[in-house]
Amino acid sequence: MSVPEELYYTAEHEWVAISDSVARVGITDYAQRALGDVVFVSAPSAGSRVTAGDPCGEVESTKSVSDLYCPADGEVTEVNLEVDDDPGLVNSDPYGAGWLFKIKLDSDDQPPGLLSAAEYAALIQDEEQ
Amino acid sequence: MPEPRSEALARTPLSAVHESLGATMTDFAGWQMPLRYRSETAEHNAVRTAAGLFDLSHMGELRVTGDEASAALDYALVSDISAIRPGRAKYTMIVAEDGGVIDDLIVYRLEDQDFLVVANASNAVTVATELAKRADGRAAQVQDRTSDYALIAIQGPRSAAILSALTDANLGELRYYAGYPSEVAGRPVLLARTGYTGEDGFEIFTDPQHAPELWSALTQAGQADGLIPAGLAARDSLRLEAGMPLYGNELDRQLTPYDAGLGRVVKLDKASDFVGRAALADRAGQPSQRVLVGLTGLTRRVPRHGYEVLWDGAPAGTVTSGGHSPTLGKPIAMAYLRADAAKLATDALEAGQPDGNGRLAIDIRGSAEPVALTPLPFYRRHEKG
Repeated sequence: MSVPEELYYTAEHEWVAISDSVARVGITDYAQRALGDVVFVSAPSAGSRVTAGDPCGEVESTKSVSDLYCPADGEVTEVNLEVDDDPGLVNSDPYGAGWLFKIKLDSDDQPPGLLSAAEYAALIQDEEQ
Repeated sequence: MPEPRSEALARTPLSAVHESLGATMTDFAGWQMPLRYRSETAEHNAVRTAAGLFDLSHMGELRVTGDEASAALDYALVSDISAIRPGRAKYTMIVAEDGGVIDDLIVYRLEDQDFLVVANASNAVTVATELAKRADGRAAQVQDRTSDYALIAIQGPRSAAILSALTDANLGELRYYAGYPSEVAGRPVLLARTGYTGEDGFEIFTDPQHAPELWSALTQAGQADGLIPAGLAARDSLRLEAGMPLYGNELDRQLTPYDAGLGRVVKLDKASDFVGRAALADRAGQPSQRVLVGLTGLTRRVPRHGYEVLWDGAPAGTVTSGGHSPTLGKPIAMAYLRADAAKLATDALEAGQPDGNGRLAIDIRGSAEPVALTPLPFYRRHEKG
């Protein structure tokens, strides 16, 4: 199960890459494996305001649906249209081509409440037990 | 998220094989079964275009034998079991006195008075008990032989070609819903041309000790043809596209075969009386209160089991099975519609408005997503000329 060191995570299995006050968000390798083949992603639309911890979209797989939770406060600047065309990218490349949306963060500070790679790895280990 | 594993789950003769293949396992009716090996969509597509290999050893196998076995089954089940010729099989049901469906079954007539009844895993014990009760007083024995059988299915257009390399059986003469003793890869089997995918294919019943070798022989024989192992996720999406009912979804104790549009399996005029006859005869003469229909999503959100169907924004039915159709690239569902809503939707379809002029929808977590009424099945294979 891949948990890249340089990313931050939520307990709801989103990953966050932060650079220059912009957060790129996707779902983790663990999440895509648990969901199965993703068939549709409903991401928040560009320009919308999002609040940390709020549900802001859905990931539909063949067998189930789960909410996307926003990892930070800010404004959505971009949505990955390639995932809209080919939702399978979330399975084949969850940390790369399968990213879902970008947020311009309200604050230049590190968003609170995110997990480090080590903390997230421990969390999914617990869930697997 | 993955469910915690229970120690109490039954393992099939192939569980170790699935684990070595890295399958994602799931709890299904008390059995630990492969949900998928890699991608369930790839597994689904392999069955539609090449072949897939399934472990169905969780299915219940009941053997009914004795001088009055056929008479006992005529009384116990809704179909005319005596009319099945040895070597043939029949899709049928067992119902309660009130006509409610206890299970749907495939009955194989192995010999004149030797029948193999295949029940759903979740109902096997109930069916075995009920058959024994109904056979009481007749010269017929009912044995639950589930643990004596492994069941491997090979399904898909390449199935016959792959299987022919491993058996001397004349597959060209083995018709749909036929089955007889044979050998595959040198192992004794009951070879049947049945399935639950909407494709041509075979179900191979064998002694559990032969299952791993058979699985391996079929895997190797099918490799060049694109055969891959397929899990329960693909099995469910395949049967949904094929419009086949699943017990617990489209069928249950509160529904009669007529509700599910399967009245054809009920033989009211057979010579023998049978359990549920009076209730079903009564029901057969009445108009349906609900109709099982197919619905195709016009947006990309996926309907799921239990979601409400809306007509003009008001509740008109319930989704029994729903999912994304890999073959059609769209969400599809089966649903029970109230008869009045079904009539309106059917009239609209016939007038060229499958979406009921925008009045037909499914409530997907609070949002009315438009759907189109779609004749079942969603998918039908092309028969070879």
